[in-house]
Amino acid sequence: MALPKPNKKLTGSESSYLVEVIKGMVITLGHVVKNIFDQDRFRTIEYPDVRKPMTPRYRGAHRLLLRPDGGIKCVACMCCPTVCPARCITIVAGENPNDPAEKFPVSFDIDMLRCIYCGFCVEACPKDAIRMDTKIYEINAYNRQDMVHSKPYMINLMDRLKPEASEAYRADHTTAPAGHTPDEAPVAGGHLG
Amino acid sequence: MSELWTEWGDWVVILLRCVFSVAFVMQIVPLLIWGERKGAAYIQDRPGPNRAPIDIPNPLDIPRLLGDVLAARPLVFKPIVSLRAAGLIHTLTDVVKLAFKEDITPDHVEKFYWFIAPVIAMSIALCTFAVVPFGDTFLGHQLKVSDMDGGLLFVLAMTSLGVYGIMLAGWSSNNKFSLLGGLRASAQMVSYELAMGLSAVVVFLSAGSVSLSRIAEVQGQPLSLFGVVEIPALNWNVFSPFGFLAFVLFWVAAFAETNRTPFDLPEGEAELVGGYHTEYSSFRFALFFMAEYANMIVASSVTATLFFGGYNVPLLSPATIREHADLLLGVLGLGAVPAFLTFAVVAWKRQGRPFYSVIPKDDPRQNEPKFFTAVWLGAAGAHGALGVVGFMGGLAALSAWAEMPELGGDLMAVILGITALAVKVLIGCWIMIWVRWTVPRFRYDQLMNLGWKVMLPLALGNVFAAAGWIVLRHELFGPAGGS
Ligand code: SF4
Ligand code: SF4
Repeated sequence: MALPKPNKKLTGSESSYLVEVIKGMVITLGHVVKNIFDQDRFRTIEYPDVRKPMTPRYRGAHRLLLRPDGGIKCVACMCCPTVCPARCITIVAGENPNDPAEKFPVSFDIDMLRCIYCGFCVEACPKDAIRMDTKIYEINAYNRQDMVHSKPYMINLMDRLKPEASEAYRADHTTAPAGHTPDEAPVAGGHLG
Repeated sequence: MSELWTEWGDWVVILLRCVFSVAFVMQIVPLLIWGERKGAAYIQDRPGPNRAPIDIPNPLDIPRLLGDVLAARPLVFKPIVSLRAAGLIHTLTDVVKLAFKEDITPDHVEKFYWFIAPVIAMSIALCTFAVVPFGDTFLGHQLKVSDMDGGLLFVLAMTSLGVYGIMLAGWSSNNKFSLLGGLRASAQMVSYELAMGLSAVVVFLSAGSVSLSRIAEVQGQPLSLFGVVEIPALNWNVFSPFGFLAFVLFWVAAFAETNRTPFDLPEGEAELVGGYHTEYSSFRFALFFMAEYANMIVASSVTATLFFGGYNVPLLSPATIREHADLLLGVLGLGAVPAFLTFAVVAWKRQGRPFYSVIPKDDPRQNEPKFFTAVWLGAAGAHGALGVVGFMGGLAALSAWAEMPELGGDLMAVILGITALAVKVLIGCWIMIWVRWTVPRFRYDQLMNLGWKVMLPLALGNVFAAAGWIVLRHELFGPAGGS
């Protein structure tokens, strides 16, 4: 696009400003009148009542997945804390009492205040133990401590979202292939509980 | 009755007109903030504020809730209707929020001046309204706070004092952004004040007085079109050629004086953070915020008084209103009924809006259209009743009962005068809002060029031309009054 010459002379009506201002005002008033009579023109989503369907790739709050037998999938391999550019994952590893050959996370904390939602932890995990497919974007708390998501919190995150469907949901999601997306439709009146 | 009136009436009226002129400005401020948000939203194809509700409890719950209040228990109830009132409640919540927010005083500010700056801004804005007449007379009392002869000079003096609030805020905040904001405000004020004062001179010349009451009174006279037709009460200054140019100049200068876009350089957020009010929080910020809107109202009401007849109702001179007070009440009262019924139908039909289909069926907001239908039906009923009272000579009966023959006519004249002024002020404020969301901010050099090289010469030329025309007309047609 050719830029206009910097010293372009204004034409007569432009240099008085007034005519051009009134032209602009006619346009904006047109919008006002149209919007008063036809409010379906608005594209605004009535947020707490209607939620925008997030794309399948949307990176929301982290959740930790369970094996079909109910144990946590994570083996505390420390790949995710290593790859995390924000250094916000803290894992204390311990020996799995049922299977001494395996490690498991005694505690698994993510400081959501530092997380930049890059998704590297999900990419790095060899066990598909951590995912960001919850589509939860309302991550908030009254104090900093509550912004550190703990292991039990992240395991139960999907249950918090849908308490009524928790059992079936968990069964489905602990075995579902990667990339599976829970729900696409806008949730009317949805609450995080 | 009459004796009591003569003894106390003066004081009551003086008090009432003081209260009125403050209340007039302060009542319109929240309305304007709402208008600004909603107007901006509609210009930008958004719905604007529409969430904050007032929950009305079921009347049956009220005794239980009163008990809860007395026992200091939390109030838990299922409202029968949640009123959002098209976003008007947001203004209320804003006031509560600003009043209860933490009031931070930075360490580095010049405390005394920093504290009084918002007070100056707000009180000057309110003072200016003191000389704006909102009616001619009520039982012999002037309808404005102060009947000073130099009315318009007072307005000009006060608006130039108003910049002290901004300048002091900018300087005492002790940071460069605020200081630049304050400097810009004062430079802008100096440049546009001249054009503003000079354009008002044309109005003094035509009215032969600087008293705003006299200026408004002259505009209540009939407008004669080439001596052929006479339109009653429409001798507005804006309809004379010099008056029209003066109006355009005055109105543009008013934008600069109130620091509204396109001349809001003192708070240019792109380059100056928040300008002069960067350091202010809580209610001090609210004072600046309200002062801006109060200034808009004052600027609109001065413009309305100078160029649009002030309290004069078009086509109805004050004498006509007094003479036919009862008839007018009847016609206006019954005439308003269809309008309110239309509003009621519109409110009822809102139930079909997409919004109500996405919220749950048992949500108390679902009852809102029904509530507003009832409100509009009530308003229609009240106006119908007023109309009937008018046709039955209610005002005359009131005057007879109070033993003051002119009471009914004066009441009608005052109510119509205030309504006319309020309508003109609201139209002016809407134009300010409308311009703000249409026009981008001027650059600083453009602002100065416009003020000194365009507006000042035009205003000066206009004064000379108008004065010449008045002298010429005097020579040709003899000493005729009016424009
Ligand atoms: S999303 Fe990125 S920043 Fe957040 S925890 Fe995972 S790796 Fe760290
Ligand atoms: S990368 Fe996966 S398995 Fe390894 S510590 Fe992180 S969540 Fe656990």
